[in-house]
Amino acid sequence: MNETATATTTPNRIASHKTAEAMIVMEHVNKWYGDFHVLKDINLTVARGERIVLCGPSGSGKSTTIRCINRLEAHQSGRIVVDGIELSDDVRQIEAIRKEVGMVFQHFNLFPHLTVLENCTLAPIWVKKMPKKEAEVIAMHFLERVRIPDQANKYPGQLSGGQQQRVAIARALCMKPKVMLFDEPTSALDPEMVKEVLDTMIELAEEGMTMLCVTHEMGFARTVADRVIFMDKGEIVEEAPPEVFFTNPQNERTKQFLGQILNH
Amino acid sequence: MKPSRSAFLSWIYDPKIRGIIAQVVTLVVLGLLVGWLAHNAVTNLAARGIASGFDFLNDPAGFGILQTLIPYTESDTYARVFVIGLLNTLLVSALGIVAATILGFIMGVARLSKNALVSALATVYIETFRNIPPLLQIFFWYFAVLQAMPSPRQSLGWFDAVFLNIRGLYLPRPIPTEAVTAFVVAVVLAFALWWVIARWAKRRQDETGQPFPVFWTGLGLVVLLPYLASLVFGSPFTWELPQLRGFNFVGGWVMIPELVALWVALSIYTSAFIAEIVRAGILAVPHGQTEAAMALGLTPQQRLRLVILPQAMRVIIPPLTSQYLNLTKNSSLAAAIGYPDLVGLFAGTVLNQTGQAIETIAMAMAVYLTISIMISLFMNWYNKRMALVER
Repeated sequence: MNETATATTTPNRIASHKTAEAMIVMEHVNKWYGDFHVLKDINLTVARGERIVLCGPSGSGKSTTIRCINRLEAHQSGRIVVDGIELSDDVRQIEAIRKEVGMVFQHFNLFPHLTVLENCTLAPIWVKKMPKKEAEVIAMHFLERVRIPDQANKYPGQLSGGQQQRVAIARALCMKPKVMLFDEPTSALDPEMVKEVLDTMIELAEEGMTMLCVTHEMGFARTVADRVIFMDKGEIVEEAPPEVFFTNPQNERTKQFLGQILNH
Repeated sequence: MKPSRSAFLSWIYDPKIRGIIAQVVTLVVLGLLVGWLAHNAVTNLAARGIASGFDFLNDPAGFGILQTLIPYTESDTYARVFVIGLLNTLLVSALGIVAATILGFIMGVARLSKNALVSALATVYIETFRNIPPLLQIFFWYFAVLQAMPSPRQSLGWFDAVFLNIRGLYLPRPIPTEAVTAFVVAVVLAFALWWVIARWAKRRQDETGQPFPVFWTGLGLVVLLPYLASLVFGSPFTWELPQLRGFNFVGGWVMIPELVALWVALSIYTSAFIAEIVRAGILAVPHGQTEAAMALGLTPQQRLRLVILPQAMRVIIPPLTSQYLNLTKNSSLAAAIGYPDLVGLFAGTVLNQTGQAIETIAMAMAVYLTISIMISLFMNWYNKRMALVER
């Protein structure tokens, strides 16, 4: 009786050793948009503290892959387990996973009607039921870490793109996530602002955060990634540590892709 | 092009001086036009022996009015008729604004529903009522629906309390008893407590993080306290039911068919526009906002209340206010079915009786202008307060 009672209040965690070690497990994940097969049998295991970069041509399914992890998109078959919580249609499981997974978007998606500080405290206050003062202390801590504490009382519209993206990173960190997903975080930025965002991400990586980044910043992939995954047409085509991936790619499509983006 | 040989007329090419000349010319032409119109009016009035001025307002009106919200007899003055017309206009506008808002929000949200049947029905509703002229809709409800109602003896009745017939809609009328004071106090107290609880709950959440169901508690209080008051002090109202006596109903509250038709038509017509405004407002919030809120773990209700609605309302409120204004102005179509509103009554009947065209029309215009300006002042104030801060 006791067990079933706890099961209804806390999400079901899978106890097996293999999945407990891994932060994220994706097994045979498939997804279709109508007839279009977006994700074809994706298998991916991400260890705790591992940094992964996903790259590939546009439309290859890399964004969709990470958006499946926190259920911004639903997969139709296969299994996704995050920190021992299996993703299902159960709202409680989805909410439990979203509390542990932070996400940063290409277009920042800050809430324009709230100040920078309020953007950061919204979820801690309403999702974690945290006292306002405490949430503000945490928010200021992370705003200092992304080096914009002095902008706390401004609105997102008053900030530059790079600053907005750093606020977005701080906002996600305020929920103390175990995993951070980055969906092309620098693609909408002016070139001179890319570095400040990448620097923030590198610091985060150095602190041991588990990270999945969809990005075209190959320099970032080289310095930070433990593994680089190349996707094309909904499949994982190649996965390798960056030193192997960039110097000795095996697959023809990878070579072609690298040839296109590295020769510029 | 070479510059002009002589400097004699070169000032004519200065845009600043050209601007001044244009403004002076416009002012002079406008002044002449107004002067000519005023002169024309004065001469014509004098020729017909009509005294201009507002003295006629103190004369007795001498005609009956279908619906008066304040006591009125035929010997009352035109000034009182003006007030009655104004109140009738405000009555139908206020009723219409409430109904149109409720209907509009329901239809706007329904049109965005993922349920195909619900959204199709909402689409048909909106496209039908938005694209039929309001006057025709008023005629439809008045002539095709309400004038086709049975005579009082064959009234449609519900619970022996509400009756609908060709003479109008009859409702029970509340008559206050001695317990009404306690009832009113209870209502006021409930709202005051609601406010206190809302403040307390916000403070507590700020301090401890625990949210409190303010809305449901407040709603409970507003229902429960007046109910308790009526249990302890007795019923606050006795209800006077409309009763059939001979060929007609006596007692109760009656909404004349002209009011019902106008109200229903204006509400439905305007609600179709409001529905589109609501839909546009919700669609104007980028999907990325929902996604960001989802990724942070906010529940669907929290997403709507904390992220979507505050942004959607900024888009919805300004055009919504102008729809309220439209409804108020469209209520002047009342004249077509004989509902005694400001235009029909004052700029119609009174004008015909007195011949004071300029004065009556000017007064009616001034009323609508005042309402419009008040609404647009409110709009500007609201926009300034709510505008998203950019740079």
